[in-house]
Amino acid sequence: MARKQIYFEDIEVGAEVPPLEKDPTTQQLVKYAGASGDFYQIHYDKDFALKNNLPGVILHGALKNAFLGQLMTDFAGELGWLRKLSVQYRGMDQPGSKVVCKGRVVKKYVDGANHMVDCEIWLENAKGEKTTPGSATVILPVRGA
Amino acid sequence: MANKYVTEEARKQIGKVGEARTIEIDRWAIRRFADAIGDSNPLFNDEKEARKTRFGGMIAPPTFGRALSAGPPDIKLDMPAFRGLDGGSDWEYFQPIRPGDRITVQTRIADLRESEGRLGPMVFITTETTYTNQFGEVCAIQRSTGIRY
Repeated sequence: MARKQIYFEDIEVGAEVPPLEKDPTTQQLVKYAGASGDFYQIHYDKDFALKNNLPGVILHGALKNAFLGQLMTDFAGELGWLRKLSVQYRGMDQPGSKVVCKGRVVKKYVDGANHMVDCEIWLENAKGEKTTPGSATVILPVRGA
Repeated sequence: MANKYVTEEARKQIGKVGEARTIEIDRWAIRRFADAIGDSNPLFNDEKEARKTRFGGMIAPPTFGRALSAGPPDIKLDMPAFRGLDGGSDWEYFQPIRPGDRITVQTRIADLRESEGRLGPMVFITTETTYTNQFGEVCAIQRSTGIRY
């Protein structure tokens, strides 16, 4: 595959994970509802959402979880492996507004045969607020292995 | 301070296990999920390209388990009307989920806690869902926290 592979040796603590921008639409929320089986109406029925004191339909937390999963599988590459992924839903996000997934390397270490990298990750809204913080651990390949 | 809803009696539900469900993984369901989350990674979309990788074929994206949820165990709490919130998830991954796998999904109540929030008592329900393949290998464990208030 033509995707670029990162190696354990390339990683420095403090380095940025290449950001992933997403521009979720109401159509995407409907597709996610169908694909995941989560049909809670706050994600596609505006009247229902308004009646529930929400500003309108909101993103599924799990969809933001999926975006952050993509951030990390893109980062780990085909030869890497996403070992852990944690997310906390702290703030709501609405369709029609861009969100960006970001991350930073906080630790690199060897655990048995595995070369591990811990990252803090988060999804932020257009105002730069971290609505979905989390953490992730990836196993990366080593050069010449 | 005594809990209003998560009583000693209610806490006896910790460890309770929901019904296991076994689901055959359809390639199309993986593609549809990848499309819904907007992830064009060939590993999740393109069998021909994925065969050239170390995985030898397509695999599911990390949160695909969301599409396989088993019925959670019934939780009895003497809480009249409440609102629910998804607090977040912690995933651990051990093996890829592949098309054709038969994945058994089972959820257990891992913890029940209560704390006082701005809007009154809040109940935190932590569930642990295990995704096991047809060879008995655990592919993923997902711990999720649901909030009732």
